[in-house]
Amino acid sequence: MLSGISLGQYIPGDSLLHRLDPRTKVIGVLAAAVSILAFANWQGFLLAALLTLTALLVSKLPPGIILGSLKSLWLLLVITFLLQAFLTPGTLLAVLGPLKISREGMFAAVEIVLRLALLILIAFLPTLTTPPIKLTAGLESIISPLRRLGVPAHELAMMMTLALRFIPTLLQEAEVVISAQRSRGAGFTTGSPARWARSLLPLFVPLFAGALRRANDLAVAMESRCYRGGANRTRMNALKFSAADYVVIGVTMAVLAGVIALRFV
Amino acid sequence: MDEVFIAVKDLTYIYNRDNAGGYRALSGIDLEVKAGEFLVIAGPNGSGKSTLARLFNAMLKPSGGRVIVAGMDTMIPENVWEIRRRVGMVFQNPDNQIVSSLVEEDAAFGAENLGLPAEEVQKRVAETLRLTGLSQYASHAPHLLSGGQKQKLAIAGVLVMRPSCLVLDEPTSMLDPAGRDELMETLIRLNRTMKVTVVLVTHFMEEAVLADRVVVLSDGRIAISGPPAMVFAEVELLAGIGLKLPAALEIAHGLRKRGFPLPQEILTIYDLLAYFKNKALED
Repeated sequence: MLSGISLGQYIPGDSLLHRLDPRTKVIGVLAAAVSILAFANWQGFLLAALLTLTALLVSKLPPGIILGSLKSLWLLLVITFLLQAFLTPGTLLAVLGPLKISREGMFAAVEIVLRLALLILIAFLPTLTTPPIKLTAGLESIISPLRRLGVPAHELAMMMTLALRFIPTLLQEAEVVISAQRSRGAGFTTGSPARWARSLLPLFVPLFAGALRRANDLAVAMESRCYRGGANRTRMNALKFSAADYVVIGVTMAVLAGVIALRFV
Repeated sequence: MDEVFIAVKDLTYIYNRDNAGGYRALSGIDLEVKAGEFLVIAGPNGSGKSTLARLFNAMLKPSGGRVIVAGMDTMIPENVWEIRRRVGMVFQNPDNQIVSSLVEEDAAFGAENLGLPAEEVQKRVAETLRLTGLSQYASHAPHLLSGGQKQKLAIAGVLVMRPSCLVLDEPTSMLDPAGRDELMETLIRLNRTMKVTVVLVTHFMEEAVLADRVVVLSDGRIAISGPPAMVFAEVELLAGIGLKLPAALEIAHGLRKRGFPLPQEILTIYDLLAYFKNKALED
């Protein structure tokens, strides 16, 4: 019942996008996201949409997975659309009782939904096409220049690695606790929301206690394996840029530059 | 085999020493672990055996006395990391010592911490996964492994630092019988073929049978120490401490009490069977 968390989860594959350096994917997606937020006319929109579409096609991900990310966030899209449509003042198009829809509102609503949809589509690409462990290594490498400003880059990356490692373990433990308490008559799915929330308490207390005990054991085990922070640490699989990485970064940067230039035409 | 790897001299350890309620876990321990030896430290719960294990790799510092690992004193801070590299520790709970969501990345962790170049790390990871029989799981997620396999991964995770000694703190207590056999077989193989010193901390006396030497702890002191046959001959002493004899020894002891002169060398059920077979042939 708890294994259904799959939004943006890694889908193994062998596309060009899967093989790119994780840093390229993060930088590329950031550039694409800025392009999507920055376009100010239909030419700019076309450029950003073309980039997003190409990335999706190159990823060779099943369409169901790609649309799945949109589907799970449809409520956000609908609410944004309605708010924009009803709350923007301007020339009246239609009146539905107390609600008024303006021409400007319709345009703004379509525009914002297009932007959001493109953003959602592109934002999940790195996590869908990169194993979490590689993505973490990529993020560590990208933020490591900020170490001089006091950003604990290695520590953040290690925390992510450990969190990823322990999510399945804690889910398994939660299932055990749920079964144990069900067998003693506890109900987790019935009753009013207040009762339901209260019934979760006996689940979370042992789960938290267990997590703290695990953290303590893990710290001892890590120190026993000579872990002493990020200094002097090497990595078995060092990240390396290939020709494809430079091309992808070049293309996304060109699109970003194009979109920004089009604002001033 | 006579070279001393870990020397423990008049060791005392007190938890919460600064408070009035300090708890004395170990007192007056003198012990030598020889290079290449398979040593079992046995004792009931609360006898101080896990504490002793943690003093071997400088996770704990002695309250009194000394622990010297390969000539290095664990009290000197500069020695700590070399001691931890030389003395690899494996703990009880297989889940709580795996750091990565990928088997080979986890095996690499210790070597990466030593700052070894990437090629060397890859070489050692491939080698240790082969030694522990996990090569085929290199790109698996650890939570999908069985308990025995997880403990073997924990062993691989320390072997990658090329330690001279493995200290295992009740590594089989959370495993099923199949996982237990699998792990013991791996330990014996590493000890025999790779000459790795093995210190196995356990309360299962069945595992002590396989050792070169058994040290029995009780209330923070060494109660008895010697080869398994000698230790197991002290049936009353072991019973007084609260340690249960392995089944084969229980049977042998019962038979002896009823007047059958069985030799002291009988340690396992196989020894017992072989003895009876020979006896039957003679008669």
